[in-house]
Parts: sequence; structure tokens; C-alpha cells
Amino acid sequence: MAGKYEAGVKEYRQTYWAPDYVPLDSDILACFKIVPQPGVDREEAAAAVAAESSTGTWTTVWTDLLTDLDYYKGRAYRIEDVPGDDTAFYAFIAYPIDLFEEGSVVNVFTSLVGNVFGFKAVRSLRLEDVRFPLHYVMTCNGPPHGIQVERDKMDKYGRPMLGCTIKPKLGLSAKNYGRAVYEALRGGLDFTKDDENVNSQPFMRWRDRFLFVADAIHNAEAQSGERKGHYLNVTAPSPEEMYERAEFAKELNMPIIMHDFLTGGFCANTGLARWCRKNGVLLHIHRAMHAVIDRNPHHGIHFRVLTKALRLSGGDHLHTGTVVGKLEGDRASTLGWIDLLRESYVPEDRSRGIFFDQDWGSMPGAFAVASGGIHVWHMPALVKIFGDDSVLQFGGGTLGHPWGNAAGAAANRVALEACVEARNRGVDIEKEGKTILTNAARHSPELKIALETWKEIKFEFDTVDKLDVQNR
Amino acid sequence: MADVQDYKQARRYETFSYLPPFSAEQTRAQIQYMIAQGWNPAVEHIEPNRPFTYYWYMWKLPMFGERNADAVLAEVEACRREYPNHSIRLIGYDNYTQSQGLSFVVHRGS
Repeated sequence: MAGKYEAGVKEYRQTYWAPDYVPLDSDILACFKIVPQPGVDREEAAAAVAAESSTGTWTTVWTDLLTDLDYYKGRAYRIEDVPGDDTAFYAFIAYPIDLFEEGSVVNVFTSLVGNVFGFKAVRSLRLEDVRFPLHYVMTCNGPPHGIQVERDKMDKYGRPMLGCTIKPKLGLSAKNYGRAVYEALRGGLDFTKDDENVNSQPFMRWRDRFLFVADAIHNAEAQSGERKGHYLNVTAPSPEEMYERAEFAKELNMPIIMHDFLTGGFCANTGLARWCRKNGVLLHIHRAMHAVIDRNPHHGIHFRVLTKALRLSGGDHLHTGTVVGKLEGDRASTLGWIDLLRESYVPEDRSRGIFFDQDWGSMPGAFAVASGGIHVWHMPALVKIFGDDSVLQFGGGTLGHPWGNAAGAAANRVALEACVEARNRGVDIEKEGKTILTNAARHSPELKIALETWKEIKFEFDTVDKLDVQNR
Repeated sequence: MADVQDYKQARRYETFSYLPPFSAEQTRAQIQYMIAQGWNPAVEHIEPNRPFTYYWYMWKLPMFGERNADAVLAEVEACRREYPNHSIRLIGYDNYTQSQGLSFVVHRGS
């Protein structure tokens, strides 16, 4: 269709506000929470966000007329109030799938949360949710193995798995570190974990750590008769070094490695996830830096979106918060993104902050990891909240046991199995938690002393990032 | 130091092996849970010296569609009579996830 070229600045709404548009099944849909600058109305702000995150720039250019802009442009198609917050509104934007390179989480996020976040017409902007159409999901590699394959490889069924981050997180020598790993695994944990800060520092170079940890795992397996793993952190300064570390872990027959997907970056993560599938190594994903991005309710990216990004990019485990421990987490909202991580189809549910139906097709799910400030008294709540497809990680709650790591691990394992056994009998384990743990402690001196040690500790601060609900 | 107890290493058998051995009543409750989840119960056994392997001997075939927990318990007992020294485990096959919903050792061989 021939149009005349008119140089100058047009209102965004003329091109990018399309309230009658019916999104296609193949569109990528996004929900932004927008606080516009004073004097900018909602429709114009929404249209501006659609423009700046898709085809638009601040002025018309003659080359616009060389393409079919109507085909490629993003469209703001709906505006909604934010419950309980008059300063902001939700804008729903549809992007045609052709705007994005296949299988590239990098490319999708470069567009959706790129320049637009510094854009002057909006005071603040938050990406609340993204609907990835199945057409796009199918172009991504996803989790290298997924929940079922990991269960089969590790031979762990019918219960959450148990983990523990080795502490102190910095400063141990490789050999002493391996000792801590060995003790925790032989006592009954399924996994131990490198702290995210542990890469290859002067006090413990990565190769030394890998060797001693491998010895710890092989011995713990032989003596306990159970399969064990340690998340060997291969996060590195460059992709070449990352792959070198991953290759060495494979050489040592290690079942699982670990990566920090935000500080390492989507590009590195997607590549590593592909390597993991090709080489039969499980991939644990840490999320350092997420709170910088997701904690402010008015600006950034909600964690449910980062969860989707990780599932597309690839990982077999992802940290999701604990709800009950020392880190941020609102229960309903956490349950929402846990579903997004694990289930094959997640319907829209505003009560859990889910703005779109999300179909994952045959893409595997990943384990939800609850880690940080949790101890044995939290076990009943954790089993209820997280269900079986999770890894519950007690760092201080294992290593801080008065009798050492092995006893701490055994205490947690007894508590976990007692909760699962009771749950399967139909007991409300959150309500009966105290009875379940006290009864189990009668057969386990390790659990008994753990219950006495951590009796008083609670983390009851108010959540900063809550779901948007009417509170007036 | 006198307050610190030494941790005694023992062989374990994955899920529920940190709890005292189940009574028949407790085992029945777990079987009922499997059945309620729609899983298919199965019994497997192996020589006690090699529990670490993935594949144990199947006792007959998985009991597809079995709704009666006592019938499953009876098969566990039959297996135990036939192989008194073997380790025996109960599995709930989940055909939706193509995995096992639950697996635990009901008898530790000697």
C-alpha cells in the first residue's frame, strides 16, 4: 500500500495503539506495568512502549515505507488498572513472532527490555509477564534433561531431593571443602552445592576443587549405597573457560554442574544447556543478580518472566525462593512461577500473578530449588508448598548441626521422609508438623538435637514485592 | 566434645530408608497413596549385595490397574517367600510422566 512520506514526529498512538487488535496464537504477548511521566496519557504511553520495544523510533524515517510496517510492528492492544495502585497501569502488547530470532532468549529480551526501559515518556516500567507462543517455545532447547530424566538418572522417587550449599562460601581450601561435601553427602543429602561466588579464586582453584569433590562423591556413594551429586560451578570469566570446566566435570563422571544464568548471561547459559544435553550432565541454575532486576514493584522484570527465560534457555534446577526462609517471597506469587517452571500448561491466574495462559508443549520442566535460611522446622511447610519436584537446600541448617554435617544431613533426611510418609497417609503436614517431627525424632538423635538447636529462629519480615491486589 | 555424637555410617536405600522399617499398616497406606494417584504398583527384588544397580529383577509384571492394596501386599509377601534373602522394593509406575511416582524398599535383604 503506497503511503506518502511525511517527515517529523507523530504521536505513537496513531501507529501503535490498536484496541481492536485480536492477538494471533503465534504472537509473543507482554504485560508491562507502566508509570507514565506527568502529562503523558495511558494510551500514548502504552503505544510508546510498544513502539520502542518493536519497530519504532522517535521520528518517522523514509525507510519505514520500504517495508510492511503493519506486519512487523508491536501493538498495544489493552490497558488495565493496577489493583490498589493509581500511579501505574498495565499495558498489553502483542509482537509478531517474526520480530525474533528462533531459539534466542537473548534476542527476545534485547527487544522487550532493551532501550524502552530508559525511555523518557515513562517514569518507570516493569515487565510483568510474557506469553511465549508454542511456536516459539518449540524453537528453544529448554532444560537439558528435565525432571523425569533427572529422577531416573539419580534414582530418586516420590520425595523432594535434599541439598546444601557448602559454607563458609569463600576461603576453604579444596581439600577441606571436599571434606565438607563428603560429610554432608554420606549423612543423607542427595546434592551439595558450590556457592555462587565460588568460581576459581586463589584460595581454591577450580580444578583442585573438582578433583577433591569427585573423590568425596564417589566415596559417599560407595558407603551410603545412594546416588549423589555436587553442583560444580562452571560459571567462568569467558565461555572458553566455562566449557573447559564443564568438560573436566564430565571426565570425572560428575552427574551435575552449575551456572549463574543472569551474571553469566543468557548466551552463555543457552550454550551450556545445549552442551549439557549433548554430554549427559545435569544443569543446576543459580540466579545471582535477580533481585536487582525483579524486586522493585515498579521497575524491572518480574521473576516469573526470568523463570520463563531460564526454562527456554535451559536448566534442570532453578532457585525460586523459599517463601519461609530469609529471602523474599510471597506464597501465591511463588507458587505461580513454580508452576511456570515445572508444568506443561499453566492457565492465566491473576490471583497468582499469571497474566497469560502458557503452553510449554513437550518442553521438559525443571526442579524448583528452595534455598536460603531454612532449617528443619520449616520442613513440613516446604514439603507442602514445593511438593515432590523440588530440591530443598539447607545450608546452615545442615552444616550448623552441633554434631557436624553428616548428622545435620541425616536430621534433615529423617524430617523430610517423615513429612512425605505422613503426607501420603493423608495427614495435613503443615498443621501437624510439630507432631510429625517430634515423633520422628524419637528414632533419630540427630533430628532431636537439630530441633532443639533451631527452635527459635524465624524470618518474619514483610515482603517488599507483593502481588498487586486491591488494598483500599 | 563429650556432647558430640559420632555419626555411624550405614547403607541406605533411597526414599524412606532413614525411617524405621514400616509396619504392614504403614506399607498399606503408601500403596493406597500410589493407587489413589493413579499409579501402577510393581514389586522388584535383588540380591542384597548389589542394590545400587538401576534394574532389579521384576517380580512377575507391574500390577496394572490393581486397586486393592492387600493384593499388592500379598505379592510382596509371595516375593519374599520365594527370595527370603533378597531386598524387595515397591514401585508406583506413573505412565503419565513415564517415570516412577514412588519407589521404596520394603524389605532389606541380608
